[in-house]
Amino acid sequence: MNITVNGSNKVFQDIFSVTDLLKTLQLPPETVVVELNTIIIQPDSYHSAKLVEGDQVEIIRFVGGG
Amino acid sequence: MLTIAGTEFKSRLFLGTGKFSSSSVMADAIAASECQMVTVALRRVNLDNPEDDIMKALSVREYIFLPNTSGARNANEAIRLAHLARAASGSSWLKLEVTPDPRTLLPDPVETLLATEKLVKDGFIVLPYMNADPILALKLQDAGAAAVMPLGSPIGTNQGVLTDSMIAIIIEQARVPVVVDAGIGAPSHAAYAMEMGADAVLVNTAISIAGDPVAMAAAFAKAVEAGRTAFVAGMGQRSKQASASSPADGKLSSDLGFLA
Repeated sequence: MNITVNGSNKVFQDIFSVTDLLKTLQLPPETVVVELNTIIIQPDSYHSAKLVEGDQVEIIRFVGGG
Repeated sequence: MLTIAGTEFKSRLFLGTGKFSSSSVMADAIAASECQMVTVALRRVNLDNPEDDIMKALSVREYIFLPNTSGARNANEAIRLAHLARAASGSSWLKLEVTPDPRTLLPDPVETLLATEKLVKDGFIVLPYMNADPILALKLQDAGAAAVMPLGSPIGTNQGVLTDSMIAIIIEQARVPVVVDAGIGAPSHAAYAMEMGADAVLVNTAISIAGDPVAMAAAFAKAVEAGRTAFVAGMGQRSKQASASSPADGKLSSDLGFLA
């Protein structure tokens, strides 16, 4: 399945939800915020947020800044 | 004590967390500054090289996080970042930053005002970064900004408070706290802003790129406290005319008269 993550097209196998995606990318869910097709997904909805071909996902986190 | 949106701050120094050489230096510098509020930015995770989570280094103490909208070039981008920030932090504090020109990083006044109006309606505690424009400060506070953050000089330039005459008017007129943000390059700059009556200052580059960021953070803490104390104590007026510090009465009437 093709999904665009942070602007890059990626091919994934056996990915069904945002939870699966974060697991595959080895990103602890509590350290990021996820936008799916420009809609923010709340952490308690990561499992129910299903991914389909062509989805646009943004995975954001806090970094140092002024 | 400084109060912003109902939250009391013992420290009038806010720190940015950018450009530190490591997370541990950053955490030590923030601790040395004794500040209670720190700014953070939001960026895409680099999927090829996910860095350490900055929040882990900052979790040892309870800081108030002030996420910024740096990178936003207009109101819509800032609003999108604001909502991401709230989802990530779980809090509504926001440093609104709209900078269309990467060369000057100067804030767009029109887009900043538009975004402030929208984000206040959306329930955010908005602290807008703004040029030192007294009229804009009034408009932002009327729009519901919890504080205003006029720049001393452009971000990261260490030029100090070049906008002092405008900031003096902003302070005189403001009904919300005034936080001088950007360009503060030395503890003396921070002290100067506080002596003028600023409610707080936000410092990042001057501390993070110092030879010893931890010592510099402590120096800024002292400077902010000294400046605030001087403001409260009441500063003398500037004068072009000399005014003797020693008494005029009982002066000797002629040169070397005491030898006669």
